[in-house]
Amino acid sequence: MDIFLQQIINGLVQGSIYALVALGYTMVYGIMGLINFAHGEVVMIGTLVTITVAGSLLKAGMPALLAGLGGLSASVLVCMALGWGLERIAYRPLRNAPRLTPLITAIGMSIILQNLAMMIWGRNYLTFPALLPKIDFEVAGVNFSAIQIIIVLVSATTMGGLLLLVYRTKLGMAMRATAQNPAIASLMGVNINRVIAAAFIIGSALGALAGVMVGSYYEIAHYQMGFMLGLKAFTAAVLGGIGNLAGAMLGGVLLGIIEALGAGYIGDLTGGFLGSHYQDIFAFVVLIIVLMFKPSGLFGEKTGERA
Amino acid sequence: MLEVTGLHVAYGGIQAVRSITFHVKEGETVALIGANGAGKSSTLKAIARVIDAVGGDVHFCGEKISRIVPHDIIRKGIALVPEGRGVFPRLSVLENLHMGAFIHDAAVDVEKDLKMVYDYFPRLRERESQLAGTLSGGEQQMLAIGRALMSRPKMLLLDEPSMGLAPIMVQKIFEVIRAVAAAGMTTLLIEQNARLALQSSQRGYVMESGEITLHGDSPALLDDSKVRAAYLGE
Ligand SMILES: Nc1ncnc2c1ncn2[C@@H]1O[C@H](COP(=O)(O)OP(=O)(O)O)[C@@H](O)[C@H]1O
Ligand SMILES: [Mg+2]
Repeated sequence: MDIFLQQIINGLVQGSIYALVALGYTMVYGIMGLINFAHGEVVMIGTLVTITVAGSLLKAGMPALLAGLGGLSASVLVCMALGWGLERIAYRPLRNAPRLTPLITAIGMSIILQNLAMMIWGRNYLTFPALLPKIDFEVAGVNFSAIQIIIVLVSATTMGGLLLLVYRTKLGMAMRATAQNPAIASLMGVNINRVIAAAFIIGSALGALAGVMVGSYYEIAHYQMGFMLGLKAFTAAVLGGIGNLAGAMLGGVLLGIIEALGAGYIGDLTGGFLGSHYQDIFAFVVLIIVLMFKPSGLFGEKTGERA
Repeated sequence: MLEVTGLHVAYGGIQAVRSITFHVKEGETVALIGANGAGKSSTLKAIARVIDAVGGDVHFCGEKISRIVPHDIIRKGIALVPEGRGVFPRLSVLENLHMGAFIHDAAVDVEKDLKMVYDYFPRLRERESQLAGTLSGGEQQMLAIGRALMSRPKMLLLDEPSMGLAPIMVQKIFEVIRAVAAAGMTTLLIEQNARLALQSSQRGYVMESGEITLHGDSPALLDDSKVRAAYLGE
């Protein structure tokens, strides 16, 4: 029972991070039907920028919390610029190209960004600076840390903010209208280019935040970390129904919990044959099952016209 | 008010509109009639910049608008009610109407326009919070016209508002179209239902295979033997 609760908590934390990243995939897909495979790399760059900026601020003698906020702001700004640049340079010229073209471009962008990060930050694992106080709690036999609580609270607040933006503001309404029918939205006076850019910029800002969380949680970072994280977040988006915001949130949390429970019990299930380091397979088993039995995901509309 | 000169539209090798010239004066309702495939929708889409014309010019209120970006057409005062209505199915009726007012910021004025639209179409008020995709075809047409009015346009372009609707619904919608026109709206009305269009307009143009073959005052066209034979089924 303790393992069960413990893994639910761990899964919730990891799942909040997946959800934030999944939102970036789903917003872009919802508006323009593009799977931006470079999004995982945007998150990775968010983590690495934080390491550099917050690390230097710490060295300069700034208190940890302020250095953390400085690192977070820098990371959000860099990622927003990166998301904007990706759309402007790589995807916009391909707006009317056959579907495969932007997809291949996205994979190309992902490789370019990884190599760029390798050139800037090197091939080695980097240590994420300790920006948050390390406090552990134990309640009813379940352990959790201040960092875990912060991750869940900040994710939940951010996602609430995003829902308000999308469902309660004019920009959000224009985004939803554009997702449904860009030509008609344009007739209403909506500048489609701006709405698409906004989707990239907002998704990248969420990705930066997720990048800072991953760094604080695992205390380690690497130029290839965006690949697996991106793939899992993409799985979460598909699980929830790609293009659907609430779906990405629920899909992220669910995937985190499935993975954590899987990791917690995989040893028992396989008689010790597979250890918890096999937890990555759960995400892909989920992806395959969803694609086979309900490709539109939990909250998805019919995918026919788009996918 | 609207001057179309030598407008030419093609889809690849298909010549949909071949250098047509026509105009609509301020306050006028003009009908553009013709068989399916004659090029009527292509004409409207080119005017509203939904598609690029191959050649020709469009002037509106003396200003050339045939090269401006599509999302500025509505800011010039032209609202298109597109073929097939084009409501946003997963936005509510109210949100669809707010999309119509996207270019306006003052909430007070938008409320006033909303009241005007609801007075024309009380059914929309009843359906306010429903998703537009759940409306009947006639209600969606009301919504598409209401949404266009929300932008406070100088001119309405209507693409087959009667298409696929029951006669009673067509009647309701044309009552509003006539009322809006009577209140001073300049209107360009496309219809396959030629009789209805000519009865609701002052002047008419007849389009055939991308060309304008006939024009005149609507009552005269209603009496014209060629029009009667080809479009009024007599
Ligand atoms: N998107 C398109 N691609 C290719 N051909 C088209 C397209 N839209 C219309 N056409 C062709 O252009 C011609 C005029 O069509 P349209 O303007 O829709 O006529 P109408 O509205 O009078 O029925 C037709 O021959 C039609 O097949
Ligand atoms: Mg047509």
